Amino acid sequence: MFNRLYVLLLSLMACLCTSAHADTIHIAVASNFNKTLQVLVQQFEQSHDHRVVISSGSSGKLFAQIQHGAPFDIFLSADREKPEALERAGLSEPGMRFTYALGTLALWAPHMGPTEDGPTLLQSGRIQRLALANPRLAPYGSATSDVLEHFMLTDDTRKRWVLGENIAQTYQFIASGAADAGFVALTQLIDGQVNTQGTVWRVPSSLHRPIIQQALLLRRGSAKRGARDFWQFLQSDQARYIIRDHGYTVDP
Amino acid sequence: MLSQSDLSAILLTVQLATTVTVVLLILGTPIAWWLAHTHSLWRRPVAAVIAMPLVLPPTVLGFYLLIFMAPQGWLGQVTHSLGMGSLVFTFWGLVVGSVIYSLPFVVQPLYNALLALGERPLEVAATLGASPWDRFVSVVIPMARSGFITAAALGFAHTVGEFGVVLMIGGNIPDETRVVSVLLYDHVEALDYARAHWLAGGLVVFSFLLLLMLYGLQKSPSSMRAH
Repeated sequence: MFNRLYVLLLSLMACLCTSAHADTIHIAVASNFNKTLQVLVQQFEQSHDHRVVISSGSSGKLFAQIQHGAPFDIFLSADREKPEALERAGLSEPGMRFTYALGTLALWAPHMGPTEDGPTLLQSGRIQRLALANPRLAPYGSATSDVLEHFMLTDDTRKRWVLGENIAQTYQFIASGAADAGFVALTQLIDGQVNTQGTVWRVPSSLHRPIIQQALLLRRGSAKRGARDFWQFLQSDQARYIIRDHGYTVDP
Repeated sequence: MLSQSDLSAILLTVQLATTVTVVLLILGTPIAWWLAHTHSLWRRPVAAVIAMPLVLPPTVLGFYLLIFMAPQGWLGQVTHSLGMGSLVFTFWGLVVGSVIYSLPFVVQPLYNALLALGERPLEVAATLGASPWDRFVSVVIPMARSGFITAAALGFAHTVGEFGVVLMIGGNIPDETRVVSVLLYDHVEALDYARAHWLAGGLVVFSFLLLLMLYGLQKSPSSMRAH
């Protein structure tokens, strides 16, 4: 018994020793970017000794948690306002904020024909339940309301809206078949485990305010070598390539 | 202060909780009666199934309901063939979810009350010539009164407090599925803490008053321990 405990303690100490020069990095990520981040982390961990721990949720929730002292090193938000506000509140060092991705919106109707034209489908009135992210909470939601406003469909469709609290839930409403169409992030259709069938209309970015997704290196992270390493990696060409590959636009 | 959307969420919540409580009393009474009197082998499995929402995370229930009630799901196809359409994202979908979720909170107090009642008063009533319905209305209900009140109050309160299931199958539709707990969550997410405080504080006061009333009904400390 004691022998086993001894071995356990020894191996625990060994773990602690190796982690002396490897950090654990805590990243808070908006749900739309979660899958892409996992790919990025995989790449990062191949060339670095650090370990990355990911917490995903809606940007609003993560923002509130960070405000109240949640132990995150890096915040990948789905918008620009929240990282800005945290920076102003002094939770990061000045200038530790950049746009890591521009989100792309897509209309997805899994049970409609693949040749269907998005705007025509929207205007046809054949959509019984239109899922969108809550415009009050989610950047993809407010972009969606811009698009509906553009086609002057806001009032016509409003009674058929079902609101996801974030873009991940919106996707899930459609993927489960509970809603027959909806606006999701293009990246979700690329990463989706459900075979993406039916109508997918990539919404031109000219139809909505840009979905500017910004990252913030928090003070906790600035003090940690691993977080600084990841911060640099996130701005590398390799990372930008992966991000673009997952359905985002990257600032030139 | 409370806005128009807050008030309509409160109204909707009261409607939902009242509907669910009525359905639960109608469903729960025969179930509790059967559990209290049967010697069937099925007694334990049935009791376990009814108690499951006590231990299952609401997300499990919400997940299954979302899939079953979707137009392609089996429940969705049943409701479609009955001409009711799909229940997901509707008020009645929430009623179904809440009934399942709050069932143990209604069955348990009814079961305890009916068990405490025993067979004897009913046998006496029967020998006096009371019909089964008569026995139920004039013997069971008055004698198990506090059990019924507790069951109704807990069913109501638990439905008001429900969140996870509603979040997953509701879709946050004003006047249809946007109940207080979901709207409160919205306020918090939108960092509108002032409005969140009104709803959250209101729920705290409501729960306290309801429980105070319930404990006021209990006659003595010994009867409280029995529950």
